[in-house]
Amino acid sequence: MPDKPTDPLPDRLTLAKAFMQTLPHAKSLGMQLTEMGEGRATITMPYDLRLVGDPTTGVLHGGAISALMDTASGASVMCHPSAPASTATLDLRIDYMRPATPGQAITARAECHHVTRSVAFIRVVATDADESRPVAMGTGTFTLERPPVTP
Amino acid sequence: MTRRPPEPIEVVKSRREAALARLVAGVPYIGFLGARFDRRGDELTAILPFHPSLIGNPLIPALHGGATAAFLEVTAIITLAWTTLWEDMESGRIDPASEVFPALPKTITFTVDYLRSGLPRDAYARATVTRSGRRYASVHIAAWQDNHAKPFAAATAHFLMPEPKDQP
Repeated sequence: MPDKPTDPLPDRLTLAKAFMQTLPHAKSLGMQLTEMGEGRATITMPYDLRLVGDPTTGVLHGGAISALMDTASGASVMCHPSAPASTATLDLRIDYMRPATPGQAITARAECHHVTRSVAFIRVVATDADESRPVAMGTGTFTLERPPVTP
Repeated sequence: MTRRPPEPIEVVKSRREAALARLVAGVPYIGFLGARFDRRGDELTAILPFHPSLIGNPLIPALHGGATAAFLEVTAIITLAWTTLWEDMESGRIDPASEVFPALPKTITFTVDYLRSGLPRDAYARATVTRSGRRYASVHIAAWQDNHAKPFAAATAHFLMPEPKDQP
């Protein structure tokens, strides 16, 4: 038995943060997992000139925001209480409401709101510093691989 | 009325290549992804050479879904901008070497279907402009790897076209 009882959730967050750093594409985009809950994940991505879509405005490319939203969505599935063994995107629809303000980090908050035996359903919102006006919103479905049943 | 003599093919080709290169160089994110564009006449094929930084989960290992989505989105934007530019360039309305390019189309909505997991290989994509209006355009994009008949991702996207007043 351990010397002191540990709170399982912060431990999971620490583990998940470390896991994020092993994902090459997430790492190269500078993504940081900041919050995690049951079926919920928040990931931020700093502003980076390399990710700009239009140099005349300095606005981030939609592709970088898609990648962030996809990652947050997948993380929210992995955080679901059903404890999936793995997940992969089936489809993701993203609506871009406004250009992200240049210079500001983007935060994606994803929620895995429903799961079936093999499919997870997610909602995801991306914001910049002005959290009252989302930059993009998305809905998606992910595969859900159940953990092996232990007898 | 006098007819202009046809330009030498080298001149035509180099103008087209220079226009495409300028268009692609105008999007820093394409450089970040490492994607490039191959041209046959007016047809473009996007190429995403494999690089370890494109991997999502190294345990599988598969291309990151976000990298795939981004690849399809840049393919759509460049193809759409190229289609618009092509007509102006070929008709001689604009000289791609000296003039400011029109603003790029803006993504309104982007829906991507993941059909197979992306392998740690080069990926290719082509976009088809299904509708191109003055204000809105719709594009379908398909991406494949070793086998063209087996796409690993496909997407539909709607774009807001730049206002004519944005153009020089």
